[in-house]
Amino acid sequence: MNLAATGLVVAAALGGLSAVVALVVPTRPRPVLVGLGTAASGAAAVTAGVAATGGQSFAVSLPELLPLFGVSLELDALGGLFVAVTGGVAVVAGIFGMSYSRHGIGGRSVQSVFPLFVVVMLLVPVAASVGTFLVCWELMALTSLLLVAAEHRQRPEVASAVRWYAVMTHLGLVSVLFGLLVFAARAGGDSFDALRRADLSPGVAGVVFVLTLLGFASKAGILPLHAWLPRAHPEAPSHVSALMSAAMVNLGVYGIARVGGDLLGGGPAWWWLLVLGLGAVSAVYGILQAAMSADLKRLLGYSTTENMGLVLVGLGAAGLFASSGQRVLAGLALAAALLHVINHASFKSLLFLAAGSVLHGTGTRDLDALGGLRRGMPVTTAAFGVGALAASALPPGTAFVSEWLLLQALVHGVAVPGLATAIVMPVAVAVVALTAGLAVATFVKAFGVGFLAKPRSAGAQQATESPATMLVGMAFAGAACVVLALEPAMVLPALARVGGVVFGSLESAVGGEVTLRLEGVAGVLSPLLLALALLAAVVVTVAAVRAPGVRAARREARLWDCGGGPMSARMEYTATSFAEPLQRVFDDVVQPELDVDVDHHEESAYLVRAVEYRRRVADRVERRLYEPVLAVAWRWGEAGRGLANGSVHRYLGYGFYTLCGLLIVLVVLR
Amino acid sequence: MQALLVVAVAPLLVGLMRQIRARLEGRAGAGVAQPWRDLRKLLRKERIAPRGTSEVFRAAPLVLVATTLVVAVVAPFVTTASAIDPVADLFAVVALLALGTVALALAGLDTGTAFGGMGASREMTIIALVEPTMLVAIVALSVRAGSTNLATIVSSTLHDPARLVSPASLLAAAALVVVIVAETGRLPVDNPSTHLELSMVHEAMVLEYAGPDLALIELASAMRLTVFLGLLANLFLPWGIATTATPLALLLGVLALLVKIALLGAVLAAGEVFLAKLRLFRVPELLAGSFVLALLAVAASFFLA
Repeated sequence: MNLAATGLVVAAALGGLSAVVALVVPTRPRPVLVGLGTAASGAAAVTAGVAATGGQSFAVSLPELLPLFGVSLELDALGGLFVAVTGGVAVVAGIFGMSYSRHGIGGRSVQSVFPLFVVVMLLVPVAASVGTFLVCWELMALTSLLLVAAEHRQRPEVASAVRWYAVMTHLGLVSVLFGLLVFAARAGGDSFDALRRADLSPGVAGVVFVLTLLGFASKAGILPLHAWLPRAHPEAPSHVSALMSAAMVNLGVYGIARVGGDLLGGGPAWWWLLVLGLGAVSAVYGILQAAMSADLKRLLGYSTTENMGLVLVGLGAAGLFASSGQRVLAGLALAAALLHVINHASFKSLLFLAAGSVLHGTGTRDLDALGGLRRGMPVTTAAFGVGALAASALPPGTAFVSEWLLLQALVHGVAVPGLATAIVMPVAVAVVALTAGLAVATFVKAFGVGFLAKPRSAGAQQATESPATMLVGMAFAGAACVVLALEPAMVLPALARVGGVVFGSLESAVGGEVTLRLEGVAGVLSPLLLALALLAAVVVTVAAVRAPGVRAARREARLWDCGGGPMSARMEYTATSFAEPLQRVFDDVVQPELDVDVDHHEESAYLVRAVEYRRRVADRVERRLYEPVLAVAWRWGEAGRGLANGSVHRYLGYGFYTLCGLLIVLVVLR
Repeated sequence: MQALLVVAVAPLLVGLMRQIRARLEGRAGAGVAQPWRDLRKLLRKERIAPRGTSEVFRAAPLVLVATTLVVAVVAPFVTTASAIDPVADLFAVVALLALGTVALALAGLDTGTAFGGMGASREMTIIALVEPTMLVAIVALSVRAGSTNLATIVSSTLHDPARLVSPASLLAAAALVVVIVAETGRLPVDNPSTHLELSMVHEAMVLEYAGPDLALIELASAMRLTVFLGLLANLFLPWGIATTATPLALLLGVLALLVKIALLGAVLAAGEVFLAKLRLFRVPELLAGSFVLALLAVAASFFLA
């Protein structure tokens, strides 16, 4: 057995063991043991994944394990990447979860489902047959559903989020199921090997691709199937949010890459234009909603939609280039997309854990009620700061590197002959740029309003730092962010190997140790040198300011308050007011609901007693797309209620008439 | 060396622009060296720590200066041979300058005053809208050169000057001018000499700074203006830039840069005399216009190639 196999088996065994341990040990040591077990399982998975991306492979077939189709697993480079990312997130989430056990999260069921969720997420990218894949996919949905529901006794919103998630994830499953079943039926076998060899007509291949794309896109939170994400991710316990937002959504991308690239073998340009278009729309819409949001975890949830959108832009561009024979650019775009998957996993787990720590310390996640946390929670503030820098695509952050690679691929794509690329690529660049700009505004809001300035509520005023294990979990995630930001060349060779699995024999697109050097097209960037230059410039500036003749001591002084006495926290800008100019600019897109009630004095209509202002930025896609569908379903249900009045005779009658009807149909048709 | 030149010249450029405005408005003006005198005075003053502010507030001026310094070092102003070539990428330069703005916006929020938050909110709105134009204009420029590396773009323009009068190049230049006006906070997007709460953007963020900190911020914003004008000058009028490292070529490069920046600054200052500040919510329209110009530039570079 090689390292990949050992790691995977150990990871699965440790995860299963943790689940059993959670059932038998008493409440007090339970979270610690489960957290440790999950973290160890994650660490083993990282080892396996890294070994697999390094070229090792592992295949096993257990035909007796499940009736009808058995279980077959195979770990290759593509699967290995996602196993490693999931494992990494599991490590930090497990450590964080060791002391995160209030509100019923410490209960037996939640604690035993948590490691199981990790294990099935590890198995999804390893599954090597349609049956195994679908079982793991569904188990992943079920376990995450149970985890989202963990706090349903405390907050009524959780129940609504769970319903949305349950319905949408199963609609996605149905879509993937139909797609893969059609595929397997045509291929004459359900193992991925048989699917790879299958010779599908373009029409059938297109149907399979679109059906699976719908299901996978809904898992990745892509528009218009994102509605569950900003509901379920905020309502889950924070370390579960981290697992869902940093690891589970990636598997949607995995699905598209596996089915569209590996199994269907590329396909025509319109598939990938569709992927690119969906990604572009999701990126802009997601970050716009995040910029408007005043709920910290909802903001992070929408930011997940944005980042998955960017990944799909890269994946779509890669497919587009591959379909027109531009192997170098395809490799570059795919490397950018996969690097963004890794980067997003690192900073999003950090941000969600920091948000969990804020929730733990203050009891609220409403940015309008936070502020001033840097005094009570310095470590959490620093962690969120690192994560926010990484997420906002500014140097020296992680997302900057992957977005730079993505932009390079798009820029060089403009020069590719063909009308489609010439039109699509500049627009895609504009989309990525607008997304980057809005992401900067969003994370300045989240960090500046949430953590700096004066506390806006009693909870924020009395915030205290979280327990040590939570800080350690954040520190690990933060370290991953920093390393990925400075030395991305570490993971790039592995990404080239993964690219080979998806689109077949791509050239290595990016080389270099310290400096990223694009191969085949011009382009160099050195994140490490950039960070060092920045550091050197800061040192020079400090030295210049400390020069003789400049006084070093600082005198404390009053803030400028226009002479009106000390300013209260109510005079500060809040998250809502911070986003107001952006909301006005994008008025036509987000269509906020404004409600202004002016209350007058009785004596005169010109004297105002009180003004009440309410603003709600509803999800517009939801209102236009989901509400009509829900209304139809509701009416259908109303109509059905008339048929079901509780009389058993009636139900027997229905059965009788249906049977007769079917027999008549048979008689007529035969 | 380039960085020293930018540091030395930046306040003089601001002084020159103020002087030109003053003369055109019929005032005597304070002289070209006045910003340097202001800086000297500010640097000697006592340092102030406004109550309730944190390390973010203290670090912001340093970050702002540092990002601009890095850009001044790596960008091809005097010579096409960059000191740190792997950083001299147009995207990296734009992102670095944005990082400085972000540091300042966080400092504005950190003070916890209404002014600070207001300035930060407005600045972030503007930067979010500027970014697409900037990057699409970069695409238009880099398609011709086949790279986004600054030195490569500049040298390829030097080799083929006929491209400069192409529609793509002119449209990109027009788009970049609007963007630079917005990024450096000049009229009609922001008025650098206002302290009226309804209209200030940049000044609102830095309201709490005093003494040496304020000196750093003033210096940094002058440097940003110089850097942007220098980039604009060398991207579209690269003549005179040194391509070899001989002293004569370098001297010529310095002189050419000074003349170009002074000319651009003079044009900008003269233009400002005739402009009023736009309402904040009209600014997006201006930026959308420049975005369309940039997109047209890319289209032109493809279809008219």
